[in-house]
Amino acid sequence: MSRLLPHPLLTLLLVLVWCLLINSLSLGTVVFGALLGLLIPAATAAYWPDRPRIPRPLRLVSYILVVLWDILVANVQVAMIVLFKPNADMKSNWVTIPLDLKSPEAISILAGTITLTPGTVSADLSDDGVALLVHALDAPDPEATGNQIKDRYERRLKEIFE
Amino acid sequence: MILDLIIVAALLIGGFFTLVGSIGLLKLDSPMKRLHAPTKAATLGVGSLLMASIVNAWAHHDGSLNEVLIMAFLFITAPITANFIAKVNIHRRDTRDPLPQPPNDDIWATLDTPPDRSDG
Amino acid sequence: MIDLALNFAFVAVGLAQVLALVRLVRGPHVGDRILALDTMVINAIGLIVLVGVKWGTQMYFESAMIFAMLGFVSTVALARFVLRGDIIE
Repeated sequence: MSRLLPHPLLTLLLVLVWCLLINSLSLGTVVFGALLGLLIPAATAAYWPDRPRIPRPLRLVSYILVVLWDILVANVQVAMIVLFKPNADMKSNWVTIPLDLKSPEAISILAGTITLTPGTVSADLSDDGVALLVHALDAPDPEATGNQIKDRYERRLKEIFE
Repeated sequence: MILDLIIVAALLIGGFFTLVGSIGLLKLDSPMKRLHAPTKAATLGVGSLLMASIVNAWAHHDGSLNEVLIMAFLFITAPITANFIAKVNIHRRDTRDPLPQPPNDDIWATLDTPPDRSDG
Repeated sequence: MIDLALNFAFVAVGLAQVLALVRLVRGPHVGDRILALDTMVINAIGLIVLVGVKWGTQMYFESAMIFAMLGFVSTVALARFVLRGDIIE
């Protein structure tokens, strides 16, 4: 089983992407997509031996919904800041976020989330991987911004991945 | 009719946010601040335009979903490009505010110089 | 009505392209230029999608997709060149 399907999620994703690329859902497309989905993971299995472990995948869905909503709300906020706030009034700041997460997948998802939600960009990781450097566009109180990110995203990711 | 309204709204929102992204790129005054406007506003802007394209295809033509691919690709790559450009700014010391010190007397990964490799 | 909104979107994205071009020319830092190029690529994808909506065809999907991929790869390559002085190590 594990030799035939080294990455079951990847197989599913490949079939989906193939159908979207061809832009049809006919039998031939699905069969050829399934063929690709079986061959590509088997051929590339040697290059990625580790499978990311997601103990609670269902919570990932609610996490994505929360993030999408935040992207919408915060985009409007950033648009207002960009259009109507003079440069001198913006308190842009560096925020250091100490990480509780350990798995690399969770940390990269957290960094991606921080960048996608407007107003904050994740810039760098400390050398030993215990702190994330974030730049905030308009944060008078860097501590509060950091705590908000930890509470809203990192806590949920910890529930999903650990 | 309702679908037409959705298309119009998506087009207006998309155009607006794309424009705001570029206005921010021009207006903001330090390299790290400039990074904020285009990477987000443009993602939502183009995402909205793609949404209009999908709805338009279903309302007036055969219907298609492959714009979803572009949207997913943009959303996955936007944080990576932003991160790379932030690293470039840090590497070239182009940030206006000095970097804070990471905990444990450590150093940020971008500033850590690799050990000399003996070219062979 | 859709035509009007389409025209608005064309003007807005075109204007955004010009503004990004100004930032590309003015610089002043390397990071700004890379960012301006990346923004221009994303705006170009928007323009291609708009053309597709206007003419009601799916033909432009591939070009938008290839633009997205090449834009991402070239941005990363540029940034990596500045960071390491080398792209493929």
